[in-house]
Amino acid sequence: MSRWKGSGFSVLVLTLTLILLEAESKNFEDMRCKCTCPPYRNITGYIYKINVSQKDCHCLHAVQPMPVPGHDVEAYCLLCECKYEERSSNTIKVTIIIYLAVVGALLLYMLFLLLVDPLIRKRDAYTQPLHNEEDSECVQEMPPQMDGGLGQGNTVLGRVEGAQERWKKQVQEQRKTVFDRHKMLS
Amino acid sequence: MDSYRSGSLDALHHPSEDEDDDEMVDIAGATLDFSCTDDVPPLGSGGYEDYSVPRHSPLNGGPGPSRLVDPLEDPVPGVGTYEDFNTIDWVREKSKDRDRHREITSKSRQSTVALLHSVSDAFSGWLLMLLVGLMSGALAGGIDISSHWLTDLKEGVCLSDFWFNHEHCCWTYNQTTFLERDKCPQWRSWAQLITGTTQGAFAYTVNYMMFIFWALLFAFLAVILVRAFAPYACGSGIPEIKTILSGFIIRGYLGKWTLLVKTLTLVLAVSSGLSLGKEGPLVHVACCCANILCHLFTKYRKNEAKRREVLSAAAAVGVSVAFGAPIGGVLFSLEEVSYYFPLKTLWRSFFAALVAAFTLRSINPFGNSRLVLFYVEFHAPWHLLELGPFILLGIFGGLWGALFIRANIAWCRRRKCTRLGRYPILEVLVVTGGTALLSFPNSYTRMSGAELISELFNDCSLLDSSQLCSYKQLPNTTEPSSGNSLADRPAGEGLYSALWQLALALLFKMMVTVVTFGMKVPSGLFIPSMAVGAIAGRLLGVGMEQLAYYNHDWIIFKGWCSPGADCITPGLYAMVGAAACLGGVTRMTVSLVVIMFELTGGLEYIVPLMAATMTSKWVADAFGREGIYEAHIRLNGYPFLEPKEEFDHSSLAVDVMRPRRADPALAVLTQEGMTVGEVESLVESTHYSGFPVVVSHESQRLVGFVLRRDLLISIDNARQRQEGVVGASLVLFTENAPSQDPPTPPATTPGPAPPPAVRLRSILDLSPFTVTDHTPMDITVDIFRKLGLRQCLVTHNGRLLGIITKKDILKHMAQISNRDPDSILFN
Repeated sequence: MSRWKGSGFSVLVLTLTLILLEAESKNFEDMRCKCTCPPYRNITGYIYKINVSQKDCHCLHAVQPMPVPGHDVEAYCLLCECKYEERSSNTIKVTIIIYLAVVGALLLYMLFLLLVDPLIRKRDAYTQPLHNEEDSECVQEMPPQMDGGLGQGNTVLGRVEGAQERWKKQVQEQRKTVFDRHKMLS
Repeated sequence: MDSYRSGSLDALHHPSEDEDDDEMVDIAGATLDFSCTDDVPPLGSGGYEDYSVPRHSPLNGGPGPSRLVDPLEDPVPGVGTYEDFNTIDWVREKSKDRDRHREITSKSRQSTVALLHSVSDAFSGWLLMLLVGLMSGALAGGIDISSHWLTDLKEGVCLSDFWFNHEHCCWTYNQTTFLERDKCPQWRSWAQLITGTTQGAFAYTVNYMMFIFWALLFAFLAVILVRAFAPYACGSGIPEIKTILSGFIIRGYLGKWTLLVKTLTLVLAVSSGLSLGKEGPLVHVACCCANILCHLFTKYRKNEAKRREVLSAAAAVGVSVAFGAPIGGVLFSLEEVSYYFPLKTLWRSFFAALVAAFTLRSINPFGNSRLVLFYVEFHAPWHLLELGPFILLGIFGGLWGALFIRANIAWCRRRKCTRLGRYPILEVLVVTGGTALLSFPNSYTRMSGAELISELFNDCSLLDSSQLCSYKQLPNTTEPSSGNSLADRPAGEGLYSALWQLALALLFKMMVTVVTFGMKVPSGLFIPSMAVGAIAGRLLGVGMEQLAYYNHDWIIFKGWCSPGADCITPGLYAMVGAAACLGGVTRMTVSLVVIMFELTGGLEYIVPLMAATMTSKWVADAFGREGIYEAHIRLNGYPFLEPKEEFDHSSLAVDVMRPRRADPALAVLTQEGMTVGEVESLVESTHYSGFPVVVSHESQRLVGFVLRRDLLISIDNARQRQEGVVGASLVLFTENAPSQDPPTPPATTPGPAPPPAVRLRSILDLSPFTVTDHTPMDITVDIFRKLGLRQCLVTHNGRLLGIITKKDILKHMAQISNRDPDSILFN
């Protein structure tokens, strides 16, 4: 079952990859030509930005209005540096929104595990308080539910609960190894 | 879902540490439920047929008494897997893979389907590399975009589209001035939003407070997510991955939850202003992706050795996306992380690294088709006499590396052993608060590490208006000499103040990184070390530049640095300094030079980089031979047999083997004549992870070696599946039925028939490695390293004398170098 979970997870991430790559549809404002012109004689420096494609990205096209008279334009343009830049605002939007959504979901799940779950299971000493770091030696009682794993049968809910119990135990073991006994990861 | 439950399996702990065995229950709990652990294949998936049959069939001839019919024809699931915190058996895994490959090849001649299967099997490796590259590149792109946004969130917010960071918010605004390039009306700082003003002490205070608030919030979120969901996601990850690649098993370290939490909290940790980087954690993220994707392919899911080949390639992918340096990534994997690196892995790693770099480039997180923020674009020449300051930078880098390693290990040891370690969340908050408090006033510490490095690497031209480039404009030279590179000019006021700020930033970063690396958030080391080196290099570079300007008639400058020429490039000094410091800390050599040269895109700077890197490595090695990752491996006591260390003590195998003189005799099993009850009690009364099997106690002639886990699983399976197996049943490691005749005459007393025997020949390893007692230890250690052994039997005149395990060797080496042998924790 963990094989399907693993492959399902990787399929999800690959789909997200494709979404990200797809989200690079070109917005007009997403390409620009940025020309940086330093101070020249008594003209202050300036940065010019216009939204054009790459073939139009050169000083004569981008620097509008031209601050120097016609014969000086070439010398001025030699000083300026024009770069074509492209971005994908959709990619950025999608990424940030996905990130915030996932962090928010994890925080909600954590609050759920912390507050709601003990009420559901009516078990006092089972889940250790997450924010109380003084409590490094927690009372670990093997829940009798573990031995009833076979008795839960094949209902979906039973399997999900069993998987969740196992995962919680796993995380607890990891927490004890890393945070309490400092056996790993200093 | 079957679960094996038996009393004997309650004792299925990892056999190394006494005080841990009570508490460290196997992840599956008292039941051996294979579907819960990430890496253990689920029940019923089959596929073990090709393990037991070809390897242990002694007589490849025909049927008949050579192989008695085993009532349990199917191989027992679970045999051939490993417990958590144990070392794999490389030889067994490799031979498993060879057998599998041989079987597929031989079957492929039979039908088209089988031929297709063999072709797809051969291609599965390449497909897996492609997927690893895609997934890692996508995740790295997401991490880059999110961390840029969150970093800028500490300073302000974009009103028009909140998901843009500062630079993207002002992207289209076309009234930016030359001096204030990053001001635009859509981006509001927090002071502007809260108070409405941008200048003044009140606005500054509000900005300060908001900066500290956001930093604390991000760090708090990071550490509670790590603690709640995946405690293995903290730290850098490279020491543990090195240990995993050498054959150790850490279940859950490369799992889904660790991947998810590491990705999310890495962004938070980097954005909170802490002095850490994301390169080490990106290696961990890439290895997690590889481990998860391995589950899609049978070839890699079932075989731990093949999986480690994929993980080596994934480590290359991690560095490749961190620096945009595929070749450097492959060399990093070869030099730093991998234990065995066959040539096939080299080609595949390169492919995966290229795919990842390409994916990252198409996501384009920086908007300029660059993969890393501090790409260097200048190609100014350097002079041979500048090798002097470059070597000075190398010495500084070596000294810094040695100092940093000692200080960091001392701090981490204090965190491990004293009360400091009991308050991880509080520690993170205090360090973040202190870092934010002290770093806000100085603009060079306020910016993120990558931005700082990018600014320091920048060569000043007319187009720059930053403080670091504020030189005095000389009245008669306004035209650039060649291609926008300017002649050396005297420093202006802005530059002097920038130098002061940089010096303070250097001290601050040097001290704060010691405390930050190793905290319970994902933390990497590359960027802070490079930042320290870049600051030092830039300071030296500007110093040299001013020295050359004001004293251009000294002998050393006379030939090449005439006034009006651009001779000294401080950006180059910064780059060399960054390489020197990173080399001093991690002791990377080739990979570092290649990464830096891929960053610059040219071969001009290879000689200065190599000079600085070599000097830094030699100076740092004079103080201690270990890099930061080896030091952390030793601190945590991982069973990592260092492949580069020389063993130059003249001891013999008999000095290191167990049992020693005062110990009880070696616990052996006999090939016939022991009952199930006796075997179980022997296994339970000891903690050894394997037992040699001898012909008889008197002769002590070696038959083979059997692992504890396989033994217990098989006996338990026999008790459940086979009828009539009780405590008095015989356990047989022989092929044929026992030839003893019970002395009872056949038909007179109809006594009860003897209970059926348990045949365990299939789990016996018939070719254990042996050395004689007079084998020198350096050859033995070499055998362990080259073959990846876990244990080796010691014989004397052909009779079994004792056993040497990897842990014994590590303890012996620790004892020789006067370290505490009990610090080797795991088995």
